[in-house]
Amino acid sequence: MKKVSRSSLDACFAAIAASQKLYLPVADGEKKRGAKYAPWFEGAVYSTAVNTVRSAKDFFFPQVEKMTRFKMDGKQIEVEDIRKENEDFVIFGVRACDAASFAILDSVYLSDPVDSFYQNRREHGLIMTMACGKPTETCFCSVFGIDAAEPAGDISCWMTEDTVYMQANTEKGEALLASLPMLEDAADDAAEETKAAIRQVLDKLPLKDLSTDAFGGDKLMKLFDSDKWNSLSEACLACGTCTFVCPTCQCYDIRDYDTGHGIERFRCWDSCMYSDFTLCAHGNTRTTQMQRFRQRFMHKLVYYPSNNNGTFGCVGCGRCLKSCPISMNIVKVMKTLGEGNE
Amino acid sequence: MKQETLIPKIGVVTDIRIDTPDVKTFRVVGLDGKKVFEHMPGQCAMLSIPGVGEGMFSITSSPTNTEFMEFSIKKCGCLTSWLHMMEVGQQVTIRGPYGNAFPVTTDFQGKDLLFIAGGIGLAPLRSVINYCRDKKDEFGSLHIIYGSRSKDDLVDYQEILDEWMTDDNVRVDLTIDREQEGWDGHVGFIPNFVKELKPDLNRTVLICGPPIMIKFTLDGLKELGFSEEQVYTTMELRMKCGIGKCGRCNIGDKYVCKDGPVFRFDALSELPNEY
Repeated sequence: MKKVSRSSLDACFAAIAASQKLYLPVADGEKKRGAKYAPWFEGAVYSTAVNTVRSAKDFFFPQVEKMTRFKMDGKQIEVEDIRKENEDFVIFGVRACDAASFAILDSVYLSDPVDSFYQNRREHGLIMTMACGKPTETCFCSVFGIDAAEPAGDISCWMTEDTVYMQANTEKGEALLASLPMLEDAADDAAEETKAAIRQVLDKLPLKDLSTDAFGGDKLMKLFDSDKWNSLSEACLACGTCTFVCPTCQCYDIRDYDTGHGIERFRCWDSCMYSDFTLCAHGNTRTTQMQRFRQRFMHKLVYYPSNNNGTFGCVGCGRCLKSCPISMNIVKVMKTLGEGNE
Repeated sequence: MKQETLIPKIGVVTDIRIDTPDVKTFRVVGLDGKKVFEHMPGQCAMLSIPGVGEGMFSITSSPTNTEFMEFSIKKCGCLTSWLHMMEVGQQVTIRGPYGNAFPVTTDFQGKDLLFIAGGIGLAPLRSVINYCRDKKDEFGSLHIIYGSRSKDDLVDYQEILDEWMTDDNVRVDLTIDREQEGWDGHVGFIPNFVKELKPDLNRTVLICGPPIMIKFTLDGLKELGFSEEQVYTTMELRMKCGIGKCGRCNIGDKYVCKDGPVFRFDALSELPNEY
């Protein structure tokens, strides 16, 4: 384990940013708007907010990305592969929940046939996680077996009032730490006290006892046919905010854009909450918001686990709890559907 | 960079056949004049006109055709309307093959097969029918029940008359929805026609057509004594990626593009009725 004093953290950032792009959470304008990831700059202040408003999935699965370019000439079409090798980059301050979400995105995008756009970003990204100093009442990662005191990533970090401890988990992480001269050696158990303090907070969180017993791949038809979906989805505005802030929502659309000099094909985030998500020439398979709402939660709690050895498609980051305009969320869904179904 | 299935290849339309007032069959080869890729009966491909859209279409030609691929496409939306305006020589983008296939090399081996198709639903089955005709020794006899709104809406009509009906191993029963001048064949909807014909119960069945036709035909088959384990269908939902990642073509925990489009009814009946 390595350590650096908090007063030297800026120097540490500068040293990383000298060789590659470094992103870290910073306050987004006024304080109440929360934190966002931004490229490091001289004088950037690392935000210790419990989480960023948008998840870290943007780094590997950006909201919009260009895929291909076509040149059209009469009846002829030319396909241009515009993929470029990404540059190396480091994300600092990723929380345990978001780090766990990468494994979920991996299971989708890195399974055969591999998505080379995603894979290339993954290969060039180095993840430095930060244990959660102050998990809040919307956090429930422990429900899905995630330990906020022991975040994954290439390098795990713990912060005390005056020190940041860093532990490399991969060769890539090891190499980065070795390149930072301001780091000092620390005892392997130096962060234990911090971890214990985090676990004490985690133990008191109001959502820690949320039960997943009623969910999983084997409960498919029972949950699908539940009449509770009607009341749960009744007020849903279909705004899609939950899917955009969600670190594990990975659905996308592919569209073409006429640049005036050719056609660009891009992909962008899409949402199962939208009515045209499943719109076909012959009709729509999900015509009501109840069906679309049900799809989102069935995917996270039943369909995904069914195809991934029981792993749930939620990491308990709590973003949807904070951002839903009608205060509906996966916790309410799990509580309501779980009642009497354990 | 590694190969990327989402980046398409170029196909050239070398022949266009007008099947019905709203169905055309397009012959497609690569820039080198050869097939763009190999496929198995039931698999699909993504065709696109950049700037217009991309859509999933079943490959209607048989894999035993070594020269080209064919797609029978009904005009019903933005992309398909554009495709219908194409002339020979037009290039399209193509990627695939996607999805599973009918189990022609396993479960279907040695079996007598019954094909039931409605309208453009013949398109995905034509690939299997011609595959089985070309590999006669591997299959029993073929019985095809095909119906459409009118005589003019029968896809592949000339091929049915010239090739299927003259094949000793194939029995073809046609029907149209309403009486029509110049038609002395059967008139009536497919589900009832199937019940009237009472096909052999030992046949393995492949159904494709409008959802409502599939529903009533399946009910009819069960009444006759067929079990869900011997009936297959092929599905179609909105798709973008074709490889089980964009997240929209699922029926329960199955993606139609990857785990389908071919499903056996006993497996399908365990999934939510969201199709």
